[in-house]
Amino acid sequence: MGDAIAEAFRLIAVGDAALWEIVSLSLRVSLTAVALACLIGLPLGALLAIARFPGRGALIVATNSLMGLPPVLAGLLVYLLLSRAGPLGPLELLYTPTAMIIAQTVLVTPIIVALSRQVIADMHQEYDEQLRSMGITTMGAVLTLLYDARLSLLTVALAGFGRAAAEVGAVMMVGGNINHVTRVMTTTIALETSKGNLAIAVGLGLVLMLIALTVNGALMALRGTQGVARHV
Amino acid sequence: MSDALVTSGRRTLTPARGPDSVLPVAMDGVGYTIDGVTLLDDVSLRIRPGRLTAIMGANGAGKTLCLRLIQGLLQPTVGTLSHASGPVTLTGRRRIATVFQRPVLLRRSVAGNLRHALKTYRVPRAERAAMLTDLLDLAELRALAHRSARVLSSGEQQRLSIVRALAADPDLLLLDEPTANLDPYATRMIETLIRQAEARGVTVVLVTHDVGQARRLADDVVFLNRGRVTEQTPAGSFFDEPQTAEAAAYLAGRLLL
Repeated sequence: MGDAIAEAFRLIAVGDAALWEIVSLSLRVSLTAVALACLIGLPLGALLAIARFPGRGALIVATNSLMGLPPVLAGLLVYLLLSRAGPLGPLELLYTPTAMIIAQTVLVTPIIVALSRQVIADMHQEYDEQLRSMGITTMGAVLTLLYDARLSLLTVALAGFGRAAAEVGAVMMVGGNINHVTRVMTTTIALETSKGNLAIAVGLGLVLMLIALTVNGALMALRGTQGVARHV
Repeated sequence: MSDALVTSGRRTLTPARGPDSVLPVAMDGVGYTIDGVTLLDDVSLRIRPGRLTAIMGANGAGKTLCLRLIQGLLQPTVGTLSHASGPVTLTGRRRIATVFQRPVLLRRSVAGNLRHALKTYRVPRAERAAMLTDLLDLAELRALAHRSARVLSSGEQQRLSIVRALAADPDLLLLDEPTANLDPYATRMIETLIRQAEARGVTVVLVTHDVGQARRLADDVVFLNRGRVTEQTPAGSFFDEPQTAEAAAYLAGRLLL
Protein backbone atom coordinates (compact mmCIF):
# COMPACT_ATOMS: atom_id res chain seq x y z
CA MET A 1 0.00 0.00 0.00
CA GLY A 2 2.85 2.34 0.90
CA ASP A 3 4.52 1.61 -2.43
CA ALA A 4 1.29 2.36 -4.28
CA ILE A 5 0.96 5.75 -2.60
CA ALA A 6 4.60 6.62 -3.27
CA GLU A 7 4.17 5.63 -6.92
CA ALA A 8 0.96 7.70 -7.08
CA PHE A 9 2.81 10.80 -5.88
CA ARG A 10 5.56 10.13 -8.42
CA LEU A 11 3.04 9.92 -11.26
CA ILE A 12 1.51 13.22 -10.21
CA ALA A 13 4.88 14.89 -9.71
CA VAL A 14 6.32 13.88 -13.08
CA GLY A 15 3.10 14.83 -14.85
CA ASP A 16 2.44 11.35 -16.24
CA ALA A 17 0.86 11.87 -19.67
CA ALA A 18 -1.70 9.06 -19.35
CA LEU A 19 -2.79 10.28 -15.94
CA TRP A 20 -3.20 13.91 -17.04
CA GLU A 21 -5.08 12.89 -20.17
CA ILE A 22 -7.64 11.19 -17.94
CA VAL A 23 -7.78 14.10 -15.51
CA SER A 24 -8.21 16.57 -18.36
CA LEU A 25 -11.08 14.61 -19.94
CA SER A 26 -12.76 14.19 -16.55
CA LEU A 27 -12.65 17.93 -15.91
CA ARG A 28 -13.88 18.75 -19.41
CA VAL A 29 -16.83 16.36 -19.14
CA SER A 30 -17.86 17.30 -15.59
CA LEU A 31 -17.42 21.07 -15.95
CA THR A 32 -19.36 21.11 -19.21
CA ALA A 33 -22.12 19.03 -17.65
CA VAL A 34 -22.32 21.35 -14.63
CA ALA A 35 -22.36 24.43 -16.85
CA LEU A 36 -25.23 22.97 -18.89
CA ALA A 37 -27.06 21.89 -15.74
CA CYS A 38 -26.72 25.43 -14.35
CA LEU A 39 -28.00 26.96 -17.57
CA ILE A 40 -31.08 24.75 -17.37
CA GLY A 41 -31.42 24.39 -13.63
CA LEU A 42 -30.90 27.88 -12.22
CA PRO A 43 -33.71 29.64 -14.13
CA LEU A 44 -35.94 26.61 -13.54
CA GLY A 45 -35.15 26.63 -9.83
CA ALA A 46 -35.84 30.37 -9.65
CA LEU A 47 -39.17 29.99 -11.46
CA LEU A 48 -40.18 27.13 -9.18
CA ALA A 49 -39.27 29.32 -6.21
CA ILE A 50 -41.35 32.34 -7.17
CA ALA A 51 -44.01 31.33 -9.70
CA ARG A 52 -47.34 29.87 -8.61
CA PHE A 53 -48.99 27.46 -11.05
CA PRO A 54 -50.95 24.19 -10.94
CA GLY A 55 -48.67 21.22 -10.46
CA ARG A 56 -45.87 23.26 -8.89
CA GLY A 57 -45.91 21.15 -5.72
CA ALA A 58 -45.68 17.93 -7.72
CA LEU A 59 -42.80 19.36 -9.74
CA ILE A 60 -40.92 20.29 -6.57
CA VAL A 61 -41.42 16.78 -5.15
CA ALA A 62 -40.25 15.31 -8.47
CA THR A 63 -37.07 17.40 -8.65
CA ASN A 64 -36.30 16.74 -4.99
CA SER A 65 -36.71 13.01 -5.62
CA LEU A 66 -34.56 13.12 -8.73
CA MET A 67 -31.68 14.42 -6.63
CA GLY A 68 -31.27 10.83 -5.58
CA LEU A 69 -31.41 9.47 -9.12
CA PRO A 70 -29.04 6.49 -9.25
CA PRO A 71 -26.24 7.18 -11.76
CA VAL A 72 -26.73 3.81 -13.42
CA LEU A 73 -30.38 4.66 -14.03
CA ALA A 74 -29.41 8.03 -15.55
CA GLY A 75 -26.85 6.14 -17.63
CA LEU A 76 -29.47 3.63 -18.73
CA LEU A 77 -31.90 6.39 -19.79
CA VAL A 78 -29.24 8.16 -21.84
CA TYR A 79 -28.06 4.82 -23.23
CA LEU A 80 -31.58 4.04 -24.45
CA LEU A 81 -31.83 7.49 -26.01
CA LEU A 82 -28.49 7.31 -27.78
CA SER A 83 -28.31 3.62 -28.69
CA ARG A 84 -28.59 2.72 -32.37
CA ALA A 85 -32.29 1.87 -31.98
CA GLY A 86 -33.02 4.89 -29.78
CA PRO A 87 -34.56 8.20 -30.89
CA LEU A 88 -31.15 9.93 -30.96
CA GLY A 89 -29.30 6.90 -32.35
CA PRO A 90 -28.60 8.52 -35.76
CA LEU A 91 -26.45 11.13 -34.01
CA GLU A 92 -23.96 8.34 -33.16
CA LEU A 93 -23.09 9.88 -29.79
CA LEU A 94 -22.89 6.69 -27.77
CA TYR A 95 -19.41 5.98 -26.35
CA THR A 96 -18.27 9.56 -26.89
CA PRO A 97 -17.46 12.29 -24.34
CA THR A 98 -20.65 14.06 -25.50
CA ALA A 99 -22.73 11.11 -24.30
CA MET A 100 -20.97 11.31 -20.95
CA ILE A 101 -21.71 15.03 -20.74
CA ILE A 102 -25.39 14.36 -21.47
CA ALA A 103 -25.57 11.65 -18.81
CA GLN A 104 -23.92 13.83 -16.18
CA THR A 105 -26.17 16.75 -17.12
CA VAL A 106 -29.21 14.52 -16.55
CA LEU A 107 -27.76 13.54 -13.20
CA VAL A 108 -26.79 17.03 -12.03
CA THR A 109 -29.71 19.15 -13.27
CA PRO A 110 -32.19 17.97 -10.60
CA ILE A 111 -29.61 18.82 -7.92
CA ILE A 112 -29.18 22.33 -9.31
CA VAL A 113 -32.95 22.83 -9.64
CA ALA A 114 -33.81 21.56 -6.16
CA LEU A 115 -31.03 23.32 -4.26
CA SER A 116 -31.31 26.61 -6.16
CA ARG A 117 -35.08 26.58 -5.65
CA GLN A 118 -34.56 26.36 -1.91
CA VAL A 119 -31.90 29.11 -1.85
CA ILE A 120 -33.98 31.44 -4.01
CA ALA A 121 -37.26 30.69 -2.19
CA ASP A 122 -35.66 31.77 1.08
CA MET A 123 -34.41 34.99 -0.46
CA HIS A 124 -37.67 35.59 -2.28
CA GLN A 125 -39.53 35.46 1.01
CA GLU A 126 -37.47 38.43 2.11
CA TYR A 127 -37.50 40.35 -1.20
CA ASP A 128 -41.02 39.60 -2.44
CA GLU A 129 -42.94 42.58 -1.13
CA GLN A 130 -40.16 45.04 -1.96
CA LEU A 131 -39.85 43.78 -5.52
CA ARG A 132 -43.62 43.75 -6.05
CA SER A 133 -43.86 47.29 -4.71
CA MET A 134 -41.31 48.28 -7.35
CA GLY A 135 -43.55 46.85 -10.05
CA ILE A 136 -40.90 44.39 -11.17
CA THR A 137 -41.78 41.71 -13.73
CA THR A 138 -41.46 38.01 -12.94
CA MET A 139 -38.42 37.82 -15.21
CA GLY A 140 -36.93 40.86 -13.49
CA ALA A 141 -37.49 39.23 -10.10
CA VAL A 142 -35.84 36.00 -11.30
CA LEU A 143 -32.77 37.88 -12.53
CA THR A 144 -32.58 39.95 -9.33
CA LEU A 145 -32.77 36.87 -7.14
CA LEU A 146 -30.27 34.90 -9.24
CA TYR A 147 -27.79 37.77 -9.01
CA ASP A 148 -28.22 38.39 -5.31
CA ALA A 149 -28.02 34.69 -4.48
CA ARG A 150 -24.93 34.22 -6.66
CA LEU A 151 -22.59 33.14 -3.86
CA SER A 152 -25.01 30.57 -2.49
CA LEU A 153 -25.68 29.40 -6.03
CA LEU A 154 -21.96 28.88 -6.55
CA THR A 155 -22.11 26.45 -3.67
CA VAL A 156 -25.04 24.75 -5.40
CA ALA A 157 -22.98 24.46 -8.59
CA LEU A 158 -20.16 23.04 -6.52
CA ALA A 159 -22.47 20.38 -5.12
CA GLY A 160 -23.40 19.55 -8.71
CA PHE A 161 -19.76 19.35 -9.70
CA GLY A 162 -19.09 17.02 -6.79
CA ARG A 163 -21.85 14.73 -7.95
CA ALA A 164 -20.64 14.79 -11.57
CA ALA A 165 -16.95 14.29 -10.84
CA ALA A 166 -17.53 11.45 -8.39
CA GLU A 167 -20.04 9.35 -10.30
CA VAL A 168 -18.95 6.27 -12.21
CA GLY A 169 -22.06 4.34 -13.24
CA ALA A 170 -23.50 6.70 -15.84
CA VAL A 171 -20.25 7.53 -17.63
CA MET A 172 -19.28 3.86 -17.63
CA MET A 173 -22.55 2.91 -19.36
CA VAL A 174 -22.65 5.61 -22.03
CA GLY A 175 -18.91 6.21 -22.37
CA GLY A 176 -17.72 2.65 -22.30
CA ASN A 177 -14.43 3.50 -20.54
CA ILE A 178 -12.52 3.45 -23.83
CA ASN A 179 -8.82 4.18 -23.42
CA HIS A 180 -7.81 7.62 -24.76
CA VAL A 181 -11.44 8.34 -25.73
CA THR A 182 -13.85 8.13 -22.81
CA ARG A 183 -11.73 7.04 -19.88
CA VAL A 184 -12.20 9.37 -16.92
CA MET A 185 -10.88 9.39 -13.36
CA THR A 186 -13.65 7.40 -11.72
CA THR A 187 -13.88 4.70 -14.39
CA THR A 188 -10.10 4.40 -14.40
CA ILE A 189 -9.97 4.05 -10.62
CA ALA A 190 -12.55 1.25 -10.81
CA LEU A 191 -10.73 -0.48 -13.68
CA GLU A 192 -7.20 -0.19 -12.30
CA THR A 193 -8.29 -1.32 -8.83
CA SER A 194 -9.89 -4.43 -10.32
CA LYS A 195 -6.59 -5.09 -12.16
CA GLY A 196 -4.61 -4.66 -8.93
CA ASN A 197 -2.82 -1.61 -10.32
CA LEU A 198 -3.25 0.51 -7.21
CA ALA A 199 -0.69 3.24 -7.96
CA ILE A 200 -2.65 4.93 -10.72
CA ALA A 201 -5.93 4.37 -8.85
CA VAL A 202 -4.56 6.06 -5.73
CA GLY A 203 -2.96 8.80 -7.83
CA LEU A 204 -6.26 9.61 -9.48
CA GLY A 205 -8.00 9.46 -6.12
CA LEU A 206 -5.54 12.03 -4.80
CA VAL A 207 -6.11 14.26 -7.83
CA LEU A 208 -9.87 14.02 -7.29
CA MET A 209 -9.45 15.08 -3.69
CA LEU A 210 -7.09 17.89 -4.71
CA ILE A 211 -9.64 19.21 -7.20
CA ALA A 212 -12.36 19.16 -4.56
CA LEU A 213 -10.11 21.01 -2.10
CA THR A 214 -9.07 23.58 -4.71
CA VAL A 215 -12.62 24.34 -5.80
CA ASN A 216 -13.85 24.61 -2.21
CA GLY A 217 -10.90 26.80 -1.25
CA ALA A 218 -11.50 29.10 -4.22
CA LEU A 219 -15.16 29.38 -3.30
CA MET A 220 -14.36 30.22 0.30
CA ALA A 221 -11.87 32.87 -0.83
CA LEU A 222 -14.50 34.35 -3.12
CA ARG A 223 -17.05 34.42 -0.32
CA GLY A 224 -14.46 36.13 1.86
CA THR A 225 -13.87 38.96 -0.58
CA GLN A 226 -17.55 39.40 -1.43
CA GLY A 227 -18.90 38.92 2.03
CA VAL A 228 -17.26 41.84 3.77
CA ALA A 229 -17.98 45.38 2.71
CA ARG A 230 -17.15 45.49 -0.92
CA HIS A 231 -20.10 44.84 -3.17
CA VAL A 232 -20.26 46.22 -6.68
CA MET B 1 -28.58 67.60 2.98
CA SER B 2 -28.15 69.27 -0.38
CA ASP B 3 -31.03 71.53 -1.31
CA ALA B 4 -29.56 72.12 -4.74
CA LEU B 5 -30.48 68.64 -5.71
CA VAL B 6 -34.12 69.30 -5.14
CA THR B 7 -34.11 71.19 -8.37
CA SER B 8 -31.78 68.90 -10.27
CA GLY B 9 -32.24 65.43 -11.63
CA ARG B 10 -33.68 63.97 -14.75
CA ARG B 11 -37.24 65.21 -14.62
CA THR B 12 -39.25 68.23 -13.67
CA LEU B 13 -39.15 68.44 -9.93
CA THR B 14 -42.11 70.66 -9.36
CA PRO B 15 -45.29 69.77 -7.51
CA ALA B 16 -47.20 69.74 -10.77
CA ARG B 17 -47.78 66.19 -11.99
CA GLY B 18 -48.90 64.94 -15.35
CA PRO B 19 -52.38 63.87 -16.40
CA ASP B 20 -51.37 60.23 -15.85
CA SER B 21 -50.87 60.84 -12.13
CA VAL B 22 -52.38 58.28 -9.76
CA LEU B 23 -53.54 61.13 -7.54
CA PRO B 24 -55.95 61.66 -6.01
CA VAL B 25 -56.38 58.22 -4.50
CA ALA B 26 -59.77 57.44 -3.00
CA MET B 27 -60.85 54.59 -0.73
CA ASP B 28 -64.62 54.19 -0.47
CA GLY B 29 -66.08 51.79 2.03
CA VAL B 30 -62.96 49.64 1.85
CA GLY B 31 -62.78 46.57 4.04
CA TYR B 32 -60.21 43.83 4.35
CA THR B 33 -60.96 40.50 5.95
CA ILE B 34 -58.67 37.53 6.21
CA ASP B 35 -59.45 34.16 7.76
CA GLY B 36 -62.70 35.58 9.06
CA VAL B 37 -60.97 38.44 10.88
CA THR B 38 -61.86 41.94 9.73
CA LEU B 39 -58.75 44.10 9.80
CA LEU B 40 -60.17 47.12 8.00
CA ASP B 41 -63.82 48.07 8.00
CA ASP B 42 -65.62 50.66 5.90
CA VAL B 43 -62.57 52.84 5.39
CA SER B 44 -63.12 55.91 3.25
CA LEU B 45 -60.36 58.42 2.74
CA ARG B 46 -58.80 60.70 0.14
CA ILE B 47 -55.12 61.18 -0.63
CA ARG B 48 -54.88 64.56 -2.30
CA PRO B 49 -51.91 65.73 -4.36
CA GLY B 50 -49.46 68.04 -2.66
CA ARG B 51 -50.71 67.29 0.85
CA LEU B 52 -48.71 65.22 3.30
CA THR B 53 -51.12 62.84 4.95
CA ALA B 54 -50.17 61.21 8.23
CA ILE B 55 -51.95 57.98 9.09
CA MET B 56 -51.97 57.55 12.84
CA GLY B 57 -53.39 55.05 15.25
CA ALA B 58 -52.42 52.47 17.82
CA ASN B 59 -50.51 49.30 16.94
CA GLY B 60 -52.71 46.95 14.93
CA ALA B 61 -55.14 49.68 13.91
CA GLY B 62 -54.62 48.86 10.22
CA LYS B 63 -52.23 51.63 9.16
CA THR B 64 -49.71 49.44 7.33
CA LEU B 65 -52.54 47.47 5.75
CA CYS B 66 -53.89 50.75 4.35
CA LEU B 67 -50.53 51.41 2.69
CA ARG B 68 -50.43 47.92 1.18
CA LEU B 69 -53.90 48.42 -0.27
CA ILE B 70 -53.02 51.84 -1.72
CA GLN B 71 -49.86 50.38 -3.26
CA GLY B 72 -51.88 47.55 -4.79
CA LEU B 73 -49.96 44.82 -2.97
CA LEU B 74 -53.29 43.63 -1.54
CA GLN B 75 -56.83 43.94 -2.86
CA PRO B 76 -59.73 45.09 -0.67
CA THR B 77 -62.25 42.38 0.11
CA VAL B 78 -65.06 44.97 -0.01
CA GLY B 79 -65.37 48.54 -1.20
CA THR B 80 -63.51 50.36 -3.92
CA LEU B 81 -60.05 51.82 -4.09
CA SER B 82 -59.50 54.07 -7.07
CA HIS B 83 -56.57 55.95 -8.46
CA ALA B 84 -57.06 58.91 -10.77
CA SER B 85 -55.13 57.14 -13.51
CA GLY B 86 -57.37 54.05 -13.33
CA PRO B 87 -56.60 50.54 -12.13
CA VAL B 88 -53.02 50.10 -10.97
CA THR B 89 -51.13 48.01 -13.50
CA LEU B 90 -47.63 46.64 -13.07
CA THR B 91 -46.16 49.75 -14.67
CA GLY B 92 -48.64 51.99 -12.88
CA ARG B 93 -47.47 50.54 -9.59
CA ARG B 94 -44.22 52.37 -10.19
CA ARG B 95 -46.11 55.66 -9.83
CA ILE B 96 -46.50 54.69 -6.18
CA ALA B 97 -43.39 53.89 -4.15
CA THR B 98 -43.33 52.30 -0.72
CA VAL B 99 -40.66 52.45 1.94
CA PHE B 100 -41.21 49.72 4.47
CA GLN B 101 -40.58 50.05 8.18
CA ARG B 102 -37.75 47.55 7.95
CA PRO B 103 -35.81 48.40 4.81
CA VAL B 104 -35.38 45.50 2.42
CA LEU B 105 -32.13 46.20 0.65
CA LEU B 106 -30.57 43.99 -1.97
CA ARG B 107 -27.33 42.17 -1.27
CA ARG B 108 -25.42 44.77 -3.23
CA SER B 109 -23.61 48.01 -2.65
CA VAL B 110 -25.44 51.26 -1.97
CA ALA B 111 -24.88 52.26 -5.60
CA GLY B 112 -25.84 48.76 -6.74
CA ASN B 113 -29.23 49.08 -5.04
CA LEU B 114 -29.85 52.38 -6.77
CA ARG B 115 -28.66 51.08 -10.14
CA HIS B 116 -31.06 48.16 -9.81
CA ALA B 117 -33.93 50.55 -9.07
CA LEU B 118 -33.09 52.86 -11.98
CA LYS B 119 -32.98 49.89 -14.32
CA THR B 120 -36.22 48.46 -12.95
CA TYR B 121 -37.90 51.83 -13.36
CA ARG B 122 -36.72 51.94 -16.97
CA VAL B 123 -34.74 55.13 -16.59
CA PRO B 124 -32.91 55.59 -19.91
CA ARG B 125 -29.36 54.29 -19.69
CA ALA B 126 -27.88 57.67 -20.61
CA GLU B 127 -29.57 59.33 -17.64
CA ARG B 128 -28.72 56.73 -15.01
CA ALA B 129 -25.27 57.97 -14.01
CA ALA B 130 -26.50 61.51 -13.33
CA MET B 131 -29.53 60.20 -11.47
CA LEU B 132 -27.35 57.91 -9.40
CA THR B 133 -25.14 60.81 -8.33
CA ASP B 134 -28.18 62.95 -7.53
CA LEU B 135 -29.77 60.25 -5.41
CA LEU B 136 -26.54 59.48 -3.56
CA ASP B 137 -26.09 63.16 -2.78
CA LEU B 138 -29.71 63.55 -1.77
CA ALA B 139 -29.29 60.77 0.77
CA GLU B 140 -25.81 61.98 1.72
CA LEU B 141 -24.45 58.53 0.92
CA ARG B 142 -21.98 59.32 -1.83
CA ALA B 143 -19.01 58.45 0.39
CA LEU B 144 -20.61 55.07 1.09
CA ALA B 145 -21.58 54.32 -2.51
CA HIS B 146 -19.45 51.17 -2.70
CA ARG B 147 -20.23 49.92 0.78
CA SER B 148 -22.55 46.93 1.13
CA ALA B 149 -26.04 48.32 1.73
CA ARG B 150 -26.68 45.74 4.40
CA VAL B 151 -23.90 46.93 6.68
CA LEU B 152 -25.13 50.53 6.81
CA SER B 153 -26.61 51.95 9.99
CA SER B 154 -30.41 51.88 10.34
CA GLY B 155 -30.70 55.56 9.48
CA GLU B 156 -28.47 55.21 6.42
CA GLN B 157 -30.44 52.17 5.27
CA GLN B 158 -33.69 54.07 5.61
CA ARG B 159 -32.29 57.05 3.67
CA LEU B 160 -31.16 54.69 0.95
CA SER B 161 -34.63 53.12 0.88
CA ILE B 162 -36.23 56.52 0.47
CA VAL B 163 -34.01 57.68 -2.38
CA ARG B 164 -34.38 54.28 -4.02
CA ALA B 165 -38.13 54.89 -3.94
CA LEU B 166 -37.59 58.36 -5.39
CA ALA B 167 -35.68 56.79 -8.29
CA ALA B 168 -39.12 55.81 -9.59
CA ASP B 169 -40.03 59.51 -9.78
CA PRO B 170 -43.32 58.51 -8.13
CA ASP B 171 -46.47 60.54 -7.75
CA LEU B 172 -47.07 59.06 -4.34
CA LEU B 173 -44.55 57.98 -1.71
CA LEU B 174 -45.82 55.72 1.06
CA LEU B 175 -43.64 55.71 4.18
CA ASP B 176 -44.31 53.13 6.85
CA GLU B 177 -42.86 54.39 10.12
CA PRO B 178 -39.59 55.44 8.48
CA THR B 179 -38.08 56.75 11.70
CA ALA B 180 -39.06 53.93 14.05
CA ASN B 181 -36.05 53.11 16.24
CA LEU B 182 -33.93 55.98 14.89
CA ASP B 183 -32.13 58.52 17.04
CA PRO B 184 -33.10 62.22 16.84
CA TYR B 185 -30.33 63.10 14.38
CA ALA B 186 -31.20 60.27 12.00
CA THR B 187 -34.87 61.17 12.37
CA ARG B 188 -34.15 64.77 11.44
CA MET B 189 -32.26 63.64 8.33
CA ILE B 190 -35.19 61.48 7.26
CA GLU B 191 -37.62 64.35 7.83
CA THR B 192 -35.43 66.64 5.71
CA LEU B 193 -35.46 63.99 3.01
CA ILE B 194 -39.24 63.80 3.18
CA ARG B 195 -39.44 67.57 2.74
CA GLN B 196 -37.12 67.31 -0.25
CA ALA B 197 -39.28 64.58 -1.76
CA GLU B 198 -42.26 66.90 -1.42
CA ALA B 199 -40.27 69.65 -3.10
CA ARG B 200 -39.76 67.23 -5.99
CA GLY B 201 -43.51 67.13 -6.42
CA VAL B 202 -44.02 63.84 -4.63
CA THR B 203 -47.11 63.48 -2.47
CA VAL B 204 -46.31 61.69 0.77
CA VAL B 205 -48.38 59.43 2.99
CA LEU B 206 -46.65 58.86 6.29
CA VAL B 207 -47.54 56.22 8.84
CA THR B 208 -46.11 57.33 12.16
CA HIS B 209 -46.53 56.91 15.88
CA ASP B 210 -44.43 59.99 16.49
CA VAL B 211 -46.90 62.74 17.36
CA GLY B 212 -44.18 65.38 17.23
CA GLN B 213 -43.17 64.24 13.77
CA ALA B 214 -46.76 64.30 12.55
CA ARG B 215 -47.14 67.81 13.94
CA ARG B 216 -43.99 68.91 12.10
CA LEU B 217 -44.76 67.32 8.76
CA ALA B 218 -48.43 66.56 8.23
CA ASP B 219 -50.97 68.64 6.38
CA ASP B 220 -53.77 66.13 6.98
CA VAL B 221 -54.23 63.38 9.51
CA VAL B 222 -56.18 60.16 9.12
CA PHE B 223 -56.77 58.52 12.47
CA LEU B 224 -57.50 54.81 12.48
CA ASN B 225 -58.90 52.91 15.41
CA ARG B 226 -59.56 49.17 15.28
CA GLY B 227 -59.60 49.18 11.48
CA ARG B 228 -61.97 52.12 11.11
CA VAL B 229 -61.26 55.74 10.23
CA THR B 230 -62.49 57.80 13.11
CA GLU B 231 -61.04 61.13 11.99
CA GLN B 232 -59.78 62.60 8.75
CA THR B 233 -58.99 66.22 9.24
CA PRO B 234 -56.36 68.93 8.71
CA ALA B 235 -53.43 68.30 11.04
CA GLY B 236 -53.90 71.49 13.07
CA SER B 237 -57.47 70.58 13.96
CA PHE B 238 -56.53 67.02 14.81
CA PHE B 239 -53.84 67.95 17.27
CA ASP B 240 -55.57 70.97 18.79
CA GLU B 241 -59.14 69.71 18.89
CA PRO B 242 -59.47 65.98 18.32
CA GLN B 243 -63.08 65.18 17.58
CA THR B 244 -63.24 61.70 19.04
CA ALA B 245 -62.50 60.31 22.45
CA GLU B 246 -60.19 57.68 20.88
CA ALA B 247 -58.06 60.30 19.13
CA ALA B 248 -57.87 62.40 22.30
CA ALA B 249 -56.85 59.30 24.27
CA TYR B 250 -54.25 58.38 21.64
CA LEU B 251 -52.68 61.83 21.70
CA ALA B 252 -52.63 61.71 25.49
CA GLY B 253 -50.88 58.33 25.32
CA ARG B 254 -53.81 56.46 26.84
CA LEU B 255 -55.24 54.56 23.87
CA LEU B 256 -54.66 50.82 23.74
CA LEU B 257 -55.97 48.55 21.02
